[in-house]
Amino acid sequence: MSVLLDEQSRVVVQGITGEAGLFHTGQMLSYGTRVVAGVTPGKGGTKAAGEVPVFDTVADAARSTSANVSVIFVPPPFAADAILEAADAGIPLVICITEGIPTLDMVRVSAALRGGSTRLIGPNCPGIISPGRSKVGIMPGYIHKPGGVGIVSRSGTLTYEAVWQVSQRGLGQSTCIGIGGDPIIGTNFVDALKLFQEDSQTEAVILIGEIGGTAEEEAARFVREHVRKPVVAFIAGRTAPPGKRMGHAGAIIAGGKGTAAEKVAVLEECGVRVAESPATIGATLVRTLSRA
Amino acid sequence: MKIHEYQAKEVLASFRIPVPRGIAVKSEDEAEAATKKLTGDLLVLKAQIHAGGRGKAGGVQLIKDRRDVRAKARALLGKRLVTHQTGPDGTEVRTLLIEEGSEIARELYVGIVVDRRAGKPVLMGCAEGGVEIEEVAARTPEKILRETIDVPFGLHPFKARRMAFALGLAPPLLGKAQAFFTSLARCFVEKDASLVEVNPLVVTRRGDLVALDAKMTFDDNALYRHPEIVAYRDLGEENPAEVRASEHELSYISLDGEIGCLVNGAGLAMSTMDIVKLHGGEPANFLDVGGGATRERVTEAFKIILEDKRVKGILVNIFGGIMKCDVIAQGIVEAVRELGLRVPLVVRLEGTNVEKGREILAQSGLQVTPASDMTDAASKIVAAVREKTMSGARR
Repeated sequence: MSVLLDEQSRVVVQGITGEAGLFHTGQMLSYGTRVVAGVTPGKGGTKAAGEVPVFDTVADAARSTSANVSVIFVPPPFAADAILEAADAGIPLVICITEGIPTLDMVRVSAALRGGSTRLIGPNCPGIISPGRSKVGIMPGYIHKPGGVGIVSRSGTLTYEAVWQVSQRGLGQSTCIGIGGDPIIGTNFVDALKLFQEDSQTEAVILIGEIGGTAEEEAARFVREHVRKPVVAFIAGRTAPPGKRMGHAGAIIAGGKGTAAEKVAVLEECGVRVAESPATIGATLVRTLSRA
Repeated sequence: MKIHEYQAKEVLASFRIPVPRGIAVKSEDEAEAATKKLTGDLLVLKAQIHAGGRGKAGGVQLIKDRRDVRAKARALLGKRLVTHQTGPDGTEVRTLLIEEGSEIARELYVGIVVDRRAGKPVLMGCAEGGVEIEEVAARTPEKILRETIDVPFGLHPFKARRMAFALGLAPPLLGKAQAFFTSLARCFVEKDASLVEVNPLVVTRRGDLVALDAKMTFDDNALYRHPEIVAYRDLGEENPAEVRASEHELSYISLDGEIGCLVNGAGLAMSTMDIVKLHGGEPANFLDVGGGATRERVTEAFKIILEDKRVKGILVNIFGGIMKCDVIAQGIVEAVRELGLRVPLVVRLEGTNVEKGREILAQSGLQVTPASDMTDAASKIVAAVREKTMSGARR
């Protein structure tokens, strides 16, 4: 089985009538995702993207359609509230695509979610795809292929690059999880690794990290202790200067911490093979699998 | 977003955090006038630039005799101050802060940042102030004390007291320290800061706590709800190309190399810089055109790179998802038609509408070298730049 998402997943799109929400609802539907509802306050009772019913609140949508996954395309000033609304409606999996949410809004959200039963993915992420089963997010569906490689990443397009390399080599993916490029995120590398370790379809894992923070180091130690499947990694930002925010709010080398060199060293120490070039992620995986 | 020390002290003062009395000035006349409004025997003149290490670079001057103020202001105003944070060209000093001097009994360090692992802001304290906190963190991390801040409660009083005792701020300083720390936490949260640093926090001989220096940066994502902070923005401190890029919602950072990079997505943009370096080149910039870029935005991005005189070659690396390859291709063609192309251009396109994009470039008649993957792209642009440099040298 894939993790987090499969053909049974019933998706509600928060912000479905906005430009991005509408476009990607169409893309998800044509991939085969079961989009069962949309939410835009004030537009309840209408339909969007063809036949998808729109509700005023997530609670209404959940009650009427039994949606169990939410994907959020709400603009940054309102996104934190949208996450809390989905959690309040009892949605177990909330995927927030929105980029640019204030960090302290996410501090409040993660405090509110702590101890609850909702898992948040993101924000500032491409979403999740279980190829051939369901896609909830903004990634181009056709580059993916069903298979046994789990991918977890802080980046968007760099993940597509890795997926493409894997698919080109005839391998496929169980599930690809974009955990997001912000400093405070709902699900981290360790959470995703736990899921992949327990998943029978997943045979190997690709972890794509970048400069900033210490999440990759924590992931490396978790792999050494708990993961019995081959793990291959790539870390973006070896050439990034300190003190500058490299696009992602979370990608900043601060106080001498969070450099790519540190992360690569800890990963390798813990038995994770790290691709030196972003062009050799797929090849590194194939080499590792042939040795395993 | 960064602000100046004098602005940070204004923000702190608005939360009743004690700072030295001071006046920001932009000319010798204003400096002289300021000395008349300030009291005490000793004044301090501090260059205001968005970089640390000012003291070592001569950017902080003591004024024992007020008659010296004009000469000392003249020496600093308009000067390019070079510190370990400014780069070799330094930053021009356009504003000075004149403050009343403090009689220092002890120096400490306090700062607040968001701790990603804890998922909340954390107050850091160190009994050794006025030092490079990064060095303390690297060499003796046990000397840095930490207390988390529970948004929305703020810094709990018991945590503020625990920090105060740990820093040796027992009564009669305890009450002042507790107030200082809780106000600092409130300031951080209410203003959506990403960093507040008071280094040093001093205990004066009279038994007061004063923020002798202050540094604040703010979360760019939260500026929309803080017009009073946006008003502090000093464009003169920022790289002009970076300012222009931000106006077009492009994420651009100027670097020192010669290969301009245009990429979609932050992770892929960083990786593109990395692979250029891996093949022996040096990236001239980080540039992420974003996921939903329009043709106009791509054109603007391309112009910013083309106008950088140090750029000797351009590498475009696009993995189209939401971003369609034909949109990128049209943007490139338009920019080149407008500005001309004086350097080699290598383009690697993959993803949504890739065939259309390749066709647009092929039919444009432009000198574009297509690349099949990232390795191919990086080696081609590095080779092209090297060849160009060598043929230039032969002439």
